[in-house]
Amino acid sequence: MVLVYIDQAEKQIKKSAFEVLSYGAALAKQLGCAAEALVLGNVNDDLAALGKYGVTKVRQIANEGVQHFDAKVYTQVIAAAAQKAGATVLIFAHSINGKAIAPAVAVKLGAGIVTGASALPKTDAGFIVTKTVFSGKAFASIQIETPIKVIALNQNSFGVFPQDGTASIEAMDIDIPNPSIKITSTELVKGEIPLTEASLVVSAGRGLKGPENWGMIETLAKTLGAATACSRPVSDSDWRPHHEHVGQTGLQIAPNLYIAVGISGAIQHLAGVNRSKTIVVINKDPEAPFFKAADYGVIGDAFEIVPALNEAILKSKAGA
Amino acid sequence: MKVLVCISKTPDTTAKIAFTEGNTKFDENGVQWIINPYDEWYSLVRAIELKEQDPATIIHLVTVGEADSEPIIRKALALGGDEAIRVNLNSNDSFVIASQIATIAKEGAYDLIFTGKETIDYNSSCIGSMLSAILDMPFVSSANHFELAGNTATIKREIEGGEETCELNLPAVISCQKGMAEQRIPNMRGIMAARTKPLKIVEPTTVKATTTIKSFELPAAKTGVKLVEANNMDELVRLLKEEAKVI
Repeated sequence: MVLVYIDQAEKQIKKSAFEVLSYGAALAKQLGCAAEALVLGNVNDDLAALGKYGVTKVRQIANEGVQHFDAKVYTQVIAAAAQKAGATVLIFAHSINGKAIAPAVAVKLGAGIVTGASALPKTDAGFIVTKTVFSGKAFASIQIETPIKVIALNQNSFGVFPQDGTASIEAMDIDIPNPSIKITSTELVKGEIPLTEASLVVSAGRGLKGPENWGMIETLAKTLGAATACSRPVSDSDWRPHHEHVGQTGLQIAPNLYIAVGISGAIQHLAGVNRSKTIVVINKDPEAPFFKAADYGVIGDAFEIVPALNEAILKSKAGA
Repeated sequence: MKVLVCISKTPDTTAKIAFTEGNTKFDENGVQWIINPYDEWYSLVRAIELKEQDPATIIHLVTVGEADSEPIIRKALALGGDEAIRVNLNSNDSFVIASQIATIAKEGAYDLIFTGKETIDYNSSCIGSMLSAILDMPFVSSANHFELAGNTATIKREIEGGEETCELNLPAVISCQKGMAEQRIPNMRGIMAARTKPLKIVEPTTVKATTTIKSFELPAAKTGVKLVEANNMDELVRLLKEEAKVI
């Protein structure tokens, strides 16, 4: 059985969950077995509706002791639940929380793990999972040698495939260990789309000359419903908050659309964004290396192009 | 307090990525090696800052690698740290590496174990998480702030769309990222001192690998950029809608 771990925060299922459900269901079909989901804590979402993504059963541990993320506690509970449910393959999102617990769960289960998976495994001979390595500059195909397998799927690499269906819900009774950490505060950046979950991203670099010029980037992002990002020099100069930095030493993202404004495209920056499906580069320098990695390019003054692009999108939306 | 800082050797961020032996091995030809940036800039420097606050702090560095890892571990010692341990093993299986570090961690009875949030070569983000499971310690990942008062650590970590603050009692494993500390450059005094700091070489324990790398592949090259005139943003919007189908 393929067991898909569903991450929640503040009683809400994370967006990344729907993609891992679709992936887990497709893998189960390939292996000729069932796909089930595992949820820790109470959620406001309709769990039976997760059947839409191909799981037949949702297992829930609705205990106050697992309402909030605690890596050590979650590891023990998920490993115990996986054993009790008889899971042979576990799927996690390669998200912040997934990265924290999937390798630990693999250790507890004596399972081999591949994190950062980018496609369904090849299972005709062995169990070979392809993952991104060298910050997206290459892929490695890795054979998992153990009977139980754990996969953490790169976000935005498989897609979400809703169909018809409902899942049964089964409450699981698992011993909950004492908390290992005490969460004292949670601050969410209000009104913004988390970068790692965003399917559209507008990003800008030193070409914008100063933090006072970000208004047009924010306007474009708002028009598109996109998240904003920036290059490392911009975050190092404190023009923009650190959590917006994408690149080799910042966030690695894979949105459907990445619009880069005034970013030259140094190899370290490309490493953070080269898994994006479509890349648009706006730069006044026709020699900017980013154009080589782009799908669409506009050569010219960002201060004229970005507002014009914003107008064009508004016009297109009004016409649609 | 005893801190163990995990150090990994990675290719420089600008290294050309290529493969040899029928795409089964990373081509090390002409590659410059560096300390994995997350290990160096964030976990090692934060450990050094903790020692500057409390000089009784002992910092040990550990790396799992063969003799060619020594320049990296010496460079790390030049930044700071009291001594280093090199487990004499070349492996790319996260569980094998984490098991070697766990053996060192158990013997040294460390209060705090720092790792980088990931290495920039395999990007697996496995070592910290696995160490916490093997050692049965609390784990906080992607930490960008770490303060210590007595035995209690206050840690900020990144979450999707924000930040979370938590407290825990040591011992613990922490994976570090940007924000933890400011990057430093080794000075001459540090480089000289590093030459005489102890570097212990230990032989690995036998651990069965759970994974095998079968092959590598480079992504298909982009077919070429399609240029759109700066005064024709309607065309760009049309392409994004109708051709790329992303908006």
